[in-house]
Amino acid sequence: MRGYLIGKIAQAFLTLLFVLVFNFFLFRVMPGDPAAILLRGSAAFNPETLEAVRQDLGLDQPLPEQFVTYMGDALTFNFGDSFFESGRPVGEVISAAVWPTILLVGTATLASAAIGLLIGIYGGWRRGSKFDVGSLSFTLFVYAMPEFWFGILVLMAFSGGVGPFPALFPTGGYETAASDLTGIDHFADVLNHMVLPFFVLTVAYLGEYALIMRNSLIDVVGDDFIQTARAKGVREKQILWRHAVPNALLPTITLVFLSIGFIFSGAITIEYVFSWPGLGWLTVQAIEHKDYPLLQALFLVFSVAVIVANLIADILYSYLDPRVRAA
Amino acid sequence: MRPPEAIGHYDLEAPQGMEPTPPPEVPRSPRAIAWTRRRLSAKRIWATYRKNRLGMIGLIVLIFFIAVAVFAPLIASKDGLDPTCTCTGLPLQPPSLQFPFGTDNFGRSVFTLTVWGSRPSLIVGLFATLISVAIGAVIGIVAGYFGGKSETVLMRLTDWFLVIPFLPLAIVLASILGPSLFVIIVVIGVTSWPSTARIVRAQSLSVKTRPYVERARALGAGHWHLTSRHILPNVAPLIFANTVLLIAIAILSETTLAFLGLGDPLTTSWGTTLQAAFSSGAASAGQWWWLLPPGLAIVFVVLAFTLCGFALDEILNPKLRER
Repeated sequence: MRGYLIGKIAQAFLTLLFVLVFNFFLFRVMPGDPAAILLRGSAAFNPETLEAVRQDLGLDQPLPEQFVTYMGDALTFNFGDSFFESGRPVGEVISAAVWPTILLVGTATLASAAIGLLIGIYGGWRRGSKFDVGSLSFTLFVYAMPEFWFGILVLMAFSGGVGPFPALFPTGGYETAASDLTGIDHFADVLNHMVLPFFVLTVAYLGEYALIMRNSLIDVVGDDFIQTARAKGVREKQILWRHAVPNALLPTITLVFLSIGFIFSGAITIEYVFSWPGLGWLTVQAIEHKDYPLLQALFLVFSVAVIVANLIADILYSYLDPRVRAA
Repeated sequence: MRPPEAIGHYDLEAPQGMEPTPPPEVPRSPRAIAWTRRRLSAKRIWATYRKNRLGMIGLIVLIFFIAVAVFAPLIASKDGLDPTCTCTGLPLQPPSLQFPFGTDNFGRSVFTLTVWGSRPSLIVGLFATLISVAIGAVIGIVAGYFGGKSETVLMRLTDWFLVIPFLPLAIVLASILGPSLFVIIVVIGVTSWPSTARIVRAQSLSVKTRPYVERARALGAGHWHLTSRHILPNVAPLIFANTVLLIAIAILSETTLAFLGLGDPLTTSWGTTLQAAFSSGAASAGQWWWLLPPGLAIVFVVLAFTLCGFALDEILNPKLRER
């Protein structure tokens, strides 16, 4: 167990190192002057800022030395100043956007996992039933839909108000602007803004969970011990919830933890559609303003989140399933 | 003389309901035999595919959209894409007889935009997938066939690329390289190969231990001959099924990148149309006719590719076939 853990952690560190190196070269090996690339198209593009950025990144030094500087900066999360947020440090801009993303995407992930697993359990248990076929078609349809397009349609229907749909919810944002709501009122206001993006994300995610849970349950139901339980006269409900589901949950739990890593990057387009001021919305701002220091840092944050979630999923899986450790 | 490689696993049994092909009368070259075998096997696959209802629906929808893309000039005049054309109407008109899908903010027919949008979307999907499959297949075959150190290094690389979240990486690459159709193709291609590499490696591992590969090696076949004439043809069906599924993902990726403003501003794709509609406030103004057609087109095309891919996977993937 110990060796397994150490191996996994070492692997995660190696992956982290790879991402850092990759990120370094991404902005330096590309043709052209990295400082110019970093500043391209931004309002800050002039000879002085170019020189300043060049010095800031240590671009006048040889590549190995640049790498050392870069690693030091990356480990202390010093990515220079953001262009579009009028020169605020990138680290500060990002940490301000982390909470809205966790609030929205985190809750949506939990909700879609819970609902998706239930759908998968019922579909897999009654394989080929109307419910099963219906949920599978729904999953396929949602999979084929660009998330943002679904988001736009929901936004149009329930906040613009088209035809029979009433305009129920605000058009976007995190809270009502210029309102001095505090406490419970503020909380309710944020919730009111969150309803639509939360709904869209939950629907967009749940198909994947349902599908994995369904297939996993079908595999388990074919196993001998289920047959044995039936032969012993255990009631169907008991077989499902006490025998089949706990065993089928194993691969699904891993998936849930893996998807937590994608919380940070998962909702880029949805946050943009609903102007939800999280990391995804920030990413779109960075693209629009050619804010490369910000984009570089966001890319690192997204990657690290996935690496950490992978590690947690691996450890959790080995804890839940002893066979993995032995292998 | 070359080893008559084909005979090793020549499938003599014709599928039910099909006439068995008469054996060739004149002795033929090994390559001709190989082609006969391939033609037979394609026929067999098609016979199985035809029975798959969802797969057939997907194929029909697909053929429809490919026809629209190919015959776009016959369906809607290209001049309709030019905002200064006299053929445009008033801006933001709901559907009418003259403009079946209404008009956009320049007065262009949304029908024309949707018809012409099929071209870049399908082109990006196809070429990005070709790049991705080529990289994935080479890495997978090299890793699976040679094994040892090269396998360790290549698979580690693959695992790393699997971890890097796809969309942020594509965004970073696309914004560094600047927006153009070519960049979008390359970006999607070089970021989506890892899954192919893993599938191909697993299959190569199993193929290389088969007796006919060993026999070819004993007869003096080199690495190139073994990989290109034995491993690749046997991995190819699996790659093909995977390719069709990847095209769906590539089209969705193109749409997403275009929606985020990273698409080629000079071409009209479904993604750029949606981006233009959203950024000019079509959602809050309730201009549903501008948003629905390109979105539905994406849904149908992706769904069609997915259905075809699932059907092919069911037929060609040895793991699924055993079930």
